[in-house]
Amino acid sequence: MTAQYLLKDVRILDGEPTDVLVAGGLVAAIGPEAGDAAENAPDDLDVIDATGMVLLPGLVDLHTHLREPGREDAETIASGTRAAAAGGFTAVHAMANTTPTQDTAGVVEQVWRLGAQAGWTDVHPVGAVSVGLAGEHLAELGAMADSAARVRVFSDDGKCVHDPVLMRRALEYVKAFDGVIAQHAQEPRLTEGAQMHEGVVSAEIGLAGWPAVAEEAIIARDVLLAEHVGSRLHVCHLSTAGSVEIVRWAKSRGIDVTAEVTPHHLVLTDEEARGYDPVFKVNPPLRTQADVDAVREGLADGTIDIVATDHAPHTREDKDCEWAAAAFGMTGLETALSVVQQTMVDTGRMTWADVARVLSTNPARIGRVEGHGRPIAVGEPANLVLVDPEQRRVVEPERQATASANSPLRGRELPGRVVATFLRGRATVLDGVPQDDPADPRFAAGRVTP
Amino acid sequence: MRHLLSTTDLDRAAAIRVLDTAAQMAATQGRQIKKLPTLRGRTVVNLFFEDSTRTRISFETAAKRLSADVINFSAKGSSVSKGESLKDTALTLQAMGADAIVIRHQASGAPHTLAHAGWTEAAVVNAGDGMHQHPTQALLDAFTIRRHLTGGPGNPDGVGNDLAGLHVAVVGDVLHSRVARSNVDLLHTLGARVTLVAPPTLLPVGVGPWPAEVSYRLDDVLAQGPDAVMMLRVQRERMSTAGGGFFPSPLEYTRLYGLDARRLATLPDHSIVLHPGPMNRGLEISADAADSPRAVIVEQVANGVAVRMAVLYLLLAGDGDTAGTAPATGAVPALTSASSSGSTPATTAAPTTTAGATA
Amino acid sequence: MTSGTPVPDDTAAATAATVVLGEQDVARALTRIAHEILERNKGGDDLVVLGIPTRGVPLAHRLAARLAAVEPGLVAEDLVGSLDVTMYRDDLAQHPTRSIGATTVPGGGIDGKVVVLVDDVLYSGRTIRAALDALNDLGRPRAVQLAALVDRGHRELPIRADFVGKNLPTSTAERVRVLLAETDGRTEVVIESGTDGGAR
Repeated sequence: MTAQYLLKDVRILDGEPTDVLVAGGLVAAIGPEAGDAAENAPDDLDVIDATGMVLLPGLVDLHTHLREPGREDAETIASGTRAAAAGGFTAVHAMANTTPTQDTAGVVEQVWRLGAQAGWTDVHPVGAVSVGLAGEHLAELGAMADSAARVRVFSDDGKCVHDPVLMRRALEYVKAFDGVIAQHAQEPRLTEGAQMHEGVVSAEIGLAGWPAVAEEAIIARDVLLAEHVGSRLHVCHLSTAGSVEIVRWAKSRGIDVTAEVTPHHLVLTDEEARGYDPVFKVNPPLRTQADVDAVREGLADGTIDIVATDHAPHTREDKDCEWAAAAFGMTGLETALSVVQQTMVDTGRMTWADVARVLSTNPARIGRVEGHGRPIAVGEPANLVLVDPEQRRVVEPERQATASANSPLRGRELPGRVVATFLRGRATVLDGVPQDDPADPRFAAGRVTP
Repeated sequence: MRHLLSTTDLDRAAAIRVLDTAAQMAATQGRQIKKLPTLRGRTVVNLFFEDSTRTRISFETAAKRLSADVINFSAKGSSVSKGESLKDTALTLQAMGADAIVIRHQASGAPHTLAHAGWTEAAVVNAGDGMHQHPTQALLDAFTIRRHLTGGPGNPDGVGNDLAGLHVAVVGDVLHSRVARSNVDLLHTLGARVTLVAPPTLLPVGVGPWPAEVSYRLDDVLAQGPDAVMMLRVQRERMSTAGGGFFPSPLEYTRLYGLDARRLATLPDHSIVLHPGPMNRGLEISADAADSPRAVIVEQVANGVAVRMAVLYLLLAGDGDTAGTAPATGAVPALTSASSSGSTPATTAAPTTTAGATA
Repeated sequence: MTSGTPVPDDTAAATAATVVLGEQDVARALTRIAHEILERNKGGDDLVVLGIPTRGVPLAHRLAARLAAVEPGLVAEDLVGSLDVTMYRDDLAQHPTRSIGATTVPGGGIDGKVVVLVDDVLYSGRTIRAALDALNDLGRPRAVQLAALVDRGHRELPIRADFVGKNLPTSTAERVRVLLAETDGRTEVVIESGTDGGAR
């Protein structure tokens, strides 16, 4: 059923060109033996000339909004994970702010099952911290952890767990099953009605400001809480220079905190808001160039552990309007790797091994995802992504696999192209094209041609 | 430019051109017959998502004095209040043949979106958007200041002049004020020195790069003898509400930032007092100050009509780029200072050189 | 759009420019027109001379000075004004936006007066049509008369001049340019064969 793939002259991370055989769901052989093993392979061997290409462990996104159940007009689990595969991901964490909220074992199991059926990536539902994301009562975290979905990451993302007592209890409670609280750090009173980063640009264009301190104050509080109760804390979409400093300080104290940055906070600034195009409206907001520089530095030096997309698809009507009426969020699954290459690799800040660390190894470790983020070695599960860093492409949101078109990178040329993605040895993407199962009617209509 | 969205769209020459045109418009408004045939057959839509009777009436009067057809489209009680999007409203107005849309909206940037989203070919005039801009208010303020402080015998309106050398104090709720933003930009463009006076809570974070000085003390600024003092409206709901208030009480605000008879008396004789209206008498301005001879507040209203006539004229009277026939991106910009390059004789096929030539 | 700035001095570069009236010719024509006006109106009572911007205005001032010189009791400054017709034009939408000129009327107004409109070149007649509309909004003159320095023909409306400095038969391809010292640094009327299509 599953074909075997021989990747010829591929560089594993930053290594010298070699051959890799993917067979039986595993990395079957590396080096000259790969070719030899392929000699004995059955007829369905697929040889890929990977000259100049880089092989990474399959990417793991700790922060994806798949919108199903509830907003299937913006994205479905099938379309979102298909987009994830196109972007090189083999596992995604589906955020809890669905309708109904992913705050019970039943809902997270449904999401998990739909993900498995779609087959594009592994789908790990994130459980809500509080019932209905309301910030009042703890959701049944234990039930979700023990469910078939085996939830380990809990977050009210979209909303901040702002009640310090609730946050403390959540941090303590998830220790029982090695869970982690992923905090959307946003002091609600300081950000009432907020539309964009508070600073020079907001003052000029008259949009209500979202001050950096509203993020930093919560992160500072939470790292101290995590220290006090000895728990694991993950900071979602860190966006300010001050936040980097606080996390750096917390790590130096030995606090068990991890942090993520989004691709858009690595590359875009609040200057984008000047045209009032809501495609640039996102939460936390795009910050200043000084913040962009700081998060890049923090990512390079390990203060920031991972890049996570915060892929937030929205329908056209939620973006085709005046700024204040538009929804927060932007898509990112299919451009994340390119943005990281552009901002971190091509600038010399990071190696491909670093990319594997921040986009695969670390997120898999934080999310306690088994079988992903593993070294590329014989016998390991073949969750892999093959990237051609030399190719360049112009972002065309309408041609992306995601069901929504709210990419902030429309029209920009980005480096790097995902050539192939392998999920346990099965090619979900080949030659840059998602490999739809012709027998599956869900994909019969939605096929894209490159 | 095809639209008037922000005073930052206007360079010095363009701003003076609007003011000079307004001066000619104002001259016609002293006549018995105030109506001009200039925009006959053109349609101006007043699209108001926020109540503002005085601004709407001012635009309506301006359009009617130029013989344009005026449609008033208030969000209240219309399909807009039932959830119709700005886009669908715009498409509807486009289908009805609107040549200009005068928009007042509570969301900053809504006029910008209306002008640039490709929903309509009409010229868009920003009649106030959120906390962003209210360019015609700033233009009428500048017109009023120019008339009083640079006009003289033979040139009562100060036609051709800018505001170089003048000092204008803008006092009050700068944070929430589109009037303040528009005025800072325009006054600076016209060469005036601007001082913003407000309690620190009512100044935006990020005010630093604005081309204006900032003071927290009204008395200190008045002691500098500003040529014009512009009092901004302070909304009572901005006062103390459970930690979200911007000042402790109306009484304290008035004591520190209100313009009263005592403060008025410290101003130089030539100084004038402006207020965009509607006034909160007893809060930011006392009755003594509001009714004093140096208050030009009622005149601001009259000048508002002339300025809005000028803006509608400059946006709509020229050739096709706003007529709905050709979206012509490269068309001659009506509000910009194309006049300098346009003095080539070939531009008129008409028998006489009728244009220009006042100052 | 044209503005009040002087016409660029590109006449030297124009190959086929012919001077049809010199400074003295213009002066003589205006003097003659002044006499004709006084003769036609049996004196200068109730006269108002309104120039149409741009070049009609200095012409009106020159004419008023001559009227005052010829007719005892007339004061030039009390006769003369300007009448901007921009907002009454029928071709606004065919051109880039025009700047609006000043309209000034002598203190006595125009009601019951004899208004002499002054323009540099009479061509299609559309400017004069606009001027009549503009005048109508200002008041009700007893009579309106028209003085033009040059009448080049090609009327598109039933309008004729009462006083003409010079009748100048032209083709529509040609351009007639009136230059005045007040606006252009020198006074003359030139005719150019308009190969560039810039007819006027």
